[in-house]
Amino acid sequence: MNEYKGIWAFSEDHSLLLEILGKGREIADKLETEVTAIVLGHNVKEKAEEAATYGADKVYLIDNPLLESFQSERYLSALTSLTFRYKPETFLIGSTKDGKALAARLATRLNTGCITDCIQLELTDEKKLVAKKIVYGGKGIATILWQVKPQIATIPLRTFTKLEFREKKGQIIQLDVELEEPKTRRLTVRPLEVSRIRVEEAEIIVSCGRGFEKKEDLALAEELAKVLNAQVGCSRPLAEDRKWFTEWIGLSGHKVKPKLYIALGISGVIQHVAGIRDSKVIVAINKDENAPIFEIADYAIVGDIHEIVPALIKAFQKCLQK
Amino acid sequence: MLRVIVCLKQAIDVTQLKMDSKTLRLMTEEAPRKISDFDKNALEEAIRIKECLGCEVVTVTVTAEEAKTTVKEALAMGADRAYVIKDPKIAGIDTLTTAKILAEAIKRLGAFDLILCGEASIDSFSGQVAARLAEILGIPLLTSANKVIVKDSDIIVERNLSSRYETVKAKMPALVSVTWGINQPRIPSLMAIMKASKKEIVEWNIEDLGFTSEKLESSDMTIEILDVSVPKIERKKRKLEGENAAETAEKLVKALIQEGVIGGGDF
Repeated sequence: MNEYKGIWAFSEDHSLLLEILGKGREIADKLETEVTAIVLGHNVKEKAEEAATYGADKVYLIDNPLLESFQSERYLSALTSLTFRYKPETFLIGSTKDGKALAARLATRLNTGCITDCIQLELTDEKKLVAKKIVYGGKGIATILWQVKPQIATIPLRTFTKLEFREKKGQIIQLDVELEEPKTRRLTVRPLEVSRIRVEEAEIIVSCGRGFEKKEDLALAEELAKVLNAQVGCSRPLAEDRKWFTEWIGLSGHKVKPKLYIALGISGVIQHVAGIRDSKVIVAINKDENAPIFEIADYAIVGDIHEIVPALIKAFQKCLQK
Repeated sequence: MLRVIVCLKQAIDVTQLKMDSKTLRLMTEEAPRKISDFDKNALEEAIRIKECLGCEVVTVTVTAEEAKTTVKEALAMGADRAYVIKDPKIAGIDTLTTAKILAEAIKRLGAFDLILCGEASIDSFSGQVAARLAEILGIPLLTSANKVIVKDSDIIVERNLSSRYETVKAKMPALVSVTWGINQPRIPSLMAIMKASKKEIVEWNIEDLGFTSEKLESSDMTIEILDVSVPKIERKKRKLEGENAAETAEKLVKALIQEGVIGGGDF
């Protein structure tokens, strides 16, 4: 007999939790099982209520001042206790950087497997859960299944979508567990500049690559972004080598899926492509007609960004006035 | 003296990985190997600590294949000694087993202050080994380090968490996983390469660490990779040209309105 039952969802990022619940609900309906959301924090009754209306049959809520902000050992011990007590068959965890480490540590305590950064979750004909994940820097997609339970997976932001608001509301169960002492202490938190964050959530992204030789030229991209109400992003060299940005788009940085991705002077190495492959429409502008970015673009313009971008700004502005 | 252990994976050089055009499979066997990028950053960081404070830098590699060339590069960069756990039975093991083997090897190395790992490997990109290893060893874990400072018996790390930076402190011994951006790994000089040939490489197999092949094959495998396929990216690949930049731009704007990604209410 299988003693492990149900699908669990947890993320310290609440909007990500709701997205995971959407997928969890879909799989649970096919398996005719329950979805449980785990909500940890302090004064977070509202978050628990919201989870209960976005797909969870049950919400396990631990409300404790010690859980007010994310702390690895405290959060880990809470999740470990719950998992040992209630034995979920599948545990989906938000793939933030903290979430990933948390999932791997939880899986180690439970002596089980964890598949990180799943881009898809499906059921086989035998109703076994399989996960898909990007490997080899974007050159491969691996299909993986678990050999042991619980099956732990981490899910990146914007991989799945949250459900529509539902009248049906899950049950909230308040619990209390013993928490471990922290092994690390947070000294400071420094937010990144607002304009640079959350490219994951942008509908339109104007992205800059090595084709930008002077920092002043970034003004071109920024002006284009302003016209389109877009976010500005970049490929790794502009962040890593030139230090013009603190963040970049790509497999090792942010993975994005906007409606429109405009790649300006980006050559398109596989690590970058892996980070943008889910974009709806990709436009590439590059003066090198052999740039690999053109292989994965919907619309390709061979030309100098200094000429094309100002023309684009004008063309978009004209269209805006109509 | 401080003792820093660096975990190095010999990974597939994904930039040189090719697809067999007949079978449409990735030719992973044929692709060259190298030190996984983030692990190289971890090693560079260890060597910088050595140059700054003085410490012993030891590398540990778990591999199913020959890894001499890879490990020699680490020694040339400035590691003092390399441990290689090489065994064909290691092929295809999961992150849990990798972490268990690393933990057993590290226990045999004696006392240490710091373990440095890369945040993830360039080939499988699972990003779990560091966290699992810290958990098995029961030491503090500080992930996504962008800056590492050793201060007396404390380790202070600046973490890059995408939307924010956090400074976190822990008591050593601790495990730190580093991001790509932390440093620029050095390229060893010819002199350093020559000197490295005299450095010690200790090779172990899994039995030396108390594992049996049965144990590796059966109970320890938590996941199974069913298939690795080459993603099909279907894009229109439409080239837009005009008499001048303005005309080309007009064409793009029209196409994007038709796609429904701009225009309408937004404009």
